Amino acid sequence: MQVPALLRRVLLAGAALALATPAGAQRSGEPIRVGAVLSVTGPASFLGDPEDKTLRLYVNRINGAGGVNGRQLQLTVYDDGGDANRARTFATRLVEDDKVVAMVGGTTTGATLAMRPVFEDARVPFISLAGGVEIVEPPQPYTFKTPHTDRMACEKIFADLRARGLSRVGMISGTDGFGASMRGQCLRVAQAAGVTVVAEESYGPRDSDMTPQLTRIRNAERVEAVVNAGFGQGPAIVTRNHAQLGIRTPLYQSHGVASREFISLATPQAAEGVRLPAAALLVAEQLPEADPQRRVVLDYKTAFEKEFNQPVSTFGGHAYDGLMILVEALKRANSTDGTRLRDAIRATRGFVGTGGVVNMSASDHMGLDLSAFRMVEVRGGDWRLVGN
Amino acid sequence: MRGRLSARHTTLLGLALVIAAVPWFFPSAYYFRVAALVWVSGLAAVGLQVLMGQAGQVSLGHAGFLGLGAYACALGPKLTGLPVLACLPLGAVLSGLIAFVVGRPILRLRGHTLAVATLGFGMLVTMVLTGENGLTGGPDGIRIPRVELFGWRVRGAETWYWIAGGALWLGVWLALNLQDSPSGRALAALHDSEVAARTLGVDVARHKLRAFVVAAVYASVAGSLLGMMNGFVTPDAAGFLSSIEYVTMVVIGGSASVPGAVVGAALLVLLPQALTVFHEYEHALLGLMIMLFMIFLRQGILPGLAGLLAGRCLGAPKPVASAGARA
Amino acid sequence: MVAELLQFLVSGLTVGAVYALVALGFTLIYNASDVVNFAQGEFVMLGGMVTVFATAAGVPLPLAAFLAVLATVAVGLLLHRLAIEPARGASAVTLIIITIGASIFLRGVAQVAFDKRFHQLPGFSGSDPIPLLGAAILPQSFWVLGGAVLIFLGLWLFLERTLAGKAVRATAANRLAARLVGVDTAKVLALSFGVSAGIGAAAGVLVTPITLTSYDVGTLLALKGFAAAMLGGMGSPLGAVVGGLMVGLLEALGAGYVSSAYKDAVAFLVIVAVLFALPQGLFGRSGVERV
Repeated sequence: MQVPALLRRVLLAGAALALATPAGAQRSGEPIRVGAVLSVTGPASFLGDPEDKTLRLYVNRINGAGGVNGRQLQLTVYDDGGDANRARTFATRLVEDDKVVAMVGGTTTGATLAMRPVFEDARVPFISLAGGVEIVEPPQPYTFKTPHTDRMACEKIFADLRARGLSRVGMISGTDGFGASMRGQCLRVAQAAGVTVVAEESYGPRDSDMTPQLTRIRNAERVEAVVNAGFGQGPAIVTRNHAQLGIRTPLYQSHGVASREFISLATPQAAEGVRLPAAALLVAEQLPEADPQRRVVLDYKTAFEKEFNQPVSTFGGHAYDGLMILVEALKRANSTDGTRLRDAIRATRGFVGTGGVVNMSASDHMGLDLSAFRMVEVRGGDWRLVGN
Repeated sequence: MRGRLSARHTTLLGLALVIAAVPWFFPSAYYFRVAALVWVSGLAAVGLQVLMGQAGQVSLGHAGFLGLGAYACALGPKLTGLPVLACLPLGAVLSGLIAFVVGRPILRLRGHTLAVATLGFGMLVTMVLTGENGLTGGPDGIRIPRVELFGWRVRGAETWYWIAGGALWLGVWLALNLQDSPSGRALAALHDSEVAARTLGVDVARHKLRAFVVAAVYASVAGSLLGMMNGFVTPDAAGFLSSIEYVTMVVIGGSASVPGAVVGAALLVLLPQALTVFHEYEHALLGLMIMLFMIFLRQGILPGLAGLLAGRCLGAPKPVASAGARA
Repeated sequence: MVAELLQFLVSGLTVGAVYALVALGFTLIYNASDVVNFAQGEFVMLGGMVTVFATAAGVPLPLAAFLAVLATVAVGLLLHRLAIEPARGASAVTLIIITIGASIFLRGVAQVAFDKRFHQLPGFSGSDPIPLLGAAILPQSFWVLGGAVLIFLGLWLFLERTLAGKAVRATAANRLAARLVGVDTAKVLALSFGVSAGIGAAAGVLVTPITLTSYDVGTLLALKGFAAAMLGGMGSPLGAVVGGLMVGLLEALGAGYVSSAYKDAVAFLVIVAVLFALPQGLFGRSGVERV
């Protein structure tokens, strides 16, 4: 069953190799090959699925409008199922077999870190969609990322807490990569932000009841706010349990649940008053006319929701930003050579994406600052911008 | 007796030929990478075959030992200052010891207690690996330093292909020898009927324990190789789903057959690579193919195919695979 | 203190009731065939997902739940007819791998037929918590616990009072002897798959308002349910229920009193310890091995 399929691939690839022009020099007229390895299924599919949909949607739209530099984009997406080892194999496949000129993807921090050496060795620009700080700190020559870091989310939450005169925090986090990484960053920046973490709990990726953890947090001494680091269904259940137990202290969620879906999963009654730091995408309609991001996020939101009939999430937005940064760099570089493309991506200035305004440099391969985050609150079953 | 010896040699020769010959067909380093993954997974599966096929016990936490092997290479150099390569035997010894300590009391009990105990063990390993962020890097994983040998940095898919292929060949050689040893024959007897074996004076628990330790060491070595090859490891490598995957490899290849485990590993590594063209239907097809293989080749692929061949052309030589397990 | 303990207990019992229902499904199929059906978690997923999508299409909740159970039973019977029956006579481990394949297949189909998002159902009697001695309990918890008790009673009546049930028990006790006295053991296995699927689907419907659901909710449930079934003694329905409740309680009490990071470890350590003392599980048959 298996062997003939592989053999055929081998023969085909061999024939292609014989006909191909020397590697690296994709000629004009040929499509520009872009790769993606995403966690379309598995525990991180909540993130990877909208990323996958966004990339496909926008590659089609770009191609429909004539492509980039007169050439079509050819997108190859592989699903790593949330497994870093598999991601690494697909990364090798993209570089060695599919000969992509750039990669937009890497849903989780673990998969990104596992794939990074492949792209660094091959000098192929790699724009990751994962949150972890260690992806770009210290910066690697060919690796970039579009999402805000979890450290920024912590700082934003803590700043908001302090502005409300609160400082004693009970922390609950998922044991998945997203939750654990953000937990670590929050603990690291807590002291500098003037916040004390007085209780700390965690829950597994598929846990269905967090009342024991929240009971412990409630019983901890003088807890003034609860902060939940996590994504997926966990934070929705934490929010429900928080309301069920009648805990009065404010509840903060992370940017990992920045989607309207979260409110319906957590139920609007339970979610009332929940705050979280989010990209402008979440409150697109509420942005003032003058906001530079307004047009971009409204366009993306309309396009995505019309095509897939489901609410946008931050994660699809990261994929949009990554693809657009790449497209603009391709245009500026007018080349698919890895190093020149890298230089062009690094030279991204004033790019307006769904996540914020991006200004990259040799030392900053993400290019976002804290202003990219907006603090939003659930009121009457929808997200509302808070103050500032 | 002579027939079995030659069957063993045919298997070893065939495997060596396959390992040496397939690179001729590889157009890019990606194929070396996938093939190296087949060999490494095959190594773990061959170890598990010793436990499942020869001792009739199932481990549902086998990936836990893989995780130990891989994380030994990540943490060993950091904690002890030893070179990365030295962590391979270190992980193997550690895994063997743990298997001994866990297995000794449990394997005295009858039934599938080992399945539950190993399930718990695997979960515990994953929990520690994800939970102790400070030490293990948590769910985001941890880097493993590049291997250096006499100042030469071991890297590149092709190099790892040969290392993994060599390791697998050695592993198969050892497993086949084990199968033919007195201990292996005792295991085979025990696989058929534990009570009968016991009545004949076979120390059942001791032989099972030996098989379990062997399986753990194989898995650990495979984990170390995988870790060094990737230069990175995440706790998924030790998770329940990968444990299930290894069990599936052994059974689908033919749990009574050492080379069958390699065939099973090849299938489960290659299938997702081939099915990825079906995008969203990938998983449905993968599940379907596993079911079809097991329905139509219920002894596993290798013994099943051999059986089909033997059935079709009478007088065909006895299949390599099923010959070994039954005395 | 009492309030706290009560909160943990209710949390543990609710989650444990789901594990118990999954374990019950394992037990029925195991008794009829020695097969551990790894697709059991997917039955729970199907129950929840079909209900969600049917209600979203405008079907009233009770009817949607009924449809979901019916559809899942059909899937269970088809699984038996198309995948287990053709492999009749294969070893148990071969059949187990078939169920693993089936679990991957069902998940793969669900992600295409439904979607990959999380879904919820409204609580059957609202979501205002009921205060009880200082603890806050969701009305849905009572639905889950009550539903589990009803299912268990129904199953008990079925096994004790009906001819088909007696055939199931005879098959469980001794397959060969059952066949000799004229029990169609293949039909018994088909019946077990149908009933297991139904129980799993009912669990899915009951628990979705609390836990939410998605196409891949089954994997972990199968794992926990399997552990519960082993703890109770594979093959004993009463053991499945007690095992499920115990695993749920251990997790909740572990999270509440020990450490939430290692609550699953607490549960598994107790399971392994119990199995040391009672290798057949709490209520397992003391098996006699055939020579």
